Amino acid sequence: MIPAMGGDHDHHHDHDHGDNRWSETQLRVKALESLLVDKKLVDPAALDALIDTYENKVGPRNGKRVIARAWSDPAYKARLLKDATAAIAEFGYTGRQGEDMVVVENTPEQHNMVVCTLCSCYPWPVLGLPPVWYKSAPYRSRAVKEPRAVLADFGVTLPAATRIRVWDSTAELRYLVLPMRPAGSEGLREDALAELVTRDSMIGTGLARAPGQKP
Amino acid sequence: MNGAHDLGGVDGFGPVVPEPERPVFHHAWEKRAFAITLACGFLGRWNIDMARFAREDTDPLTYLKASYYQTWLRGLERLLVEKNLVSAAELTEMKSRGTSDARMLPADSVAKVLAKGGPARRPDPPGAPRFRAGQSVRTKNIHPRGHTRLPRYCRGKQGIVRLDHGTQVFPDSNARGAGENPQRCYAVEFAAGELWGPGADPTLSVMVDLWDDYLEAA
Repeated sequence: MIPAMGGDHDHHHDHDHGDNRWSETQLRVKALESLLVDKKLVDPAALDALIDTYENKVGPRNGKRVIARAWSDPAYKARLLKDATAAIAEFGYTGRQGEDMVVVENTPEQHNMVVCTLCSCYPWPVLGLPPVWYKSAPYRSRAVKEPRAVLADFGVTLPAATRIRVWDSTAELRYLVLPMRPAGSEGLREDALAELVTRDSMIGTGLARAPGQKP
Repeated sequence: MNGAHDLGGVDGFGPVVPEPERPVFHHAWEKRAFAITLACGFLGRWNIDMARFAREDTDPLTYLKASYYQTWLRGLERLLVEKNLVSAAELTEMKSRGTSDARMLPADSVAKVLAKGGPARRPDPPGAPRFRAGQSVRTKNIHPRGHTRLPRYCRGKQGIVRLDHGTQVFPDSNARGAGENPQRCYAVEFAAGELWGPGADPTLSVMVDLWDDYLEAA
């Protein structure tokens, strides 16, 4: 049940009181930050700005807007599949860990799923920072070998005949999955469509929600 | 290097544990570890490939026991000392013996530098690329001790070039400070049977982004 590298999900420490597993790391981070501030290597206000950016400003909401636009505007979808970096930049989403974007489209015949087996490469401008599982050993080891079993961990079952392409992000290309538009979403406006897009559906470990389906 | 970070195809890690879209960070210290890592990266003393190598170049037990932000932290401490931003003594004592002359990232530049990013794409040299979409290639069976982005599970394997990503910085040389050695990078598709043998999922293929130096015609 308990995977290695599961971040806060695993408990292989030998304390039996509270969250002590992290106390050593917590102290070390604090001491290192103070040292770096004292040496004038980091500006504490810049640290706060970096955290605020990825905690509150840049996240999967960005990607959801891109996908909703692609679902409702065929010309935009064509641009997105042809030159994803430029099409995503139309929203102002650019820069770090999204410098060179590729969008891959899911269809009834072919499902795409994205992994980084070697580290944690992930398209930050459209998805924010990766979830713990994306950076952890179970996903990184299994996605390229048994994606259907991985999808089952997410409660997703694909038809047996659907081809699966798993994209291992070994270079500085960043991949975003364009999930299939769910049935029953006809006539919905872009902002309502964006609500149906999930983070996992843009990684390929999930599907977009049907209207009325719970988050 | 053949390190524990090269996880594709390793068995026994158990199920994937899904999580909701929020929270982004799971402990207050993760936020600080994330931010100091990024901020120090902007000092310009190392590149992304050096940062990746600093994280992966350790013993497998250390790598596998750590959470991802712990791995970042270990890599950061190593780079700070290696690049002479912090002395070994300062790191041991966690006490400054003098300020650095490196130019720290000011708060009002954060948005600008993030939006700019650090593209790895370089101008294409004149002449046609060595491979074109649809062409059959084989990856080399190489095991460099340094940094490489050719995963073990697809070494010595035959695949088909699908996408031409243009000219990109070559991580293997960039990680050791031996220059960018820009070269063509391609998305190469491998059938699951080629990677995993009999019993592999017949509906599966794996796309891997690979540089010219990893490939030969097949």
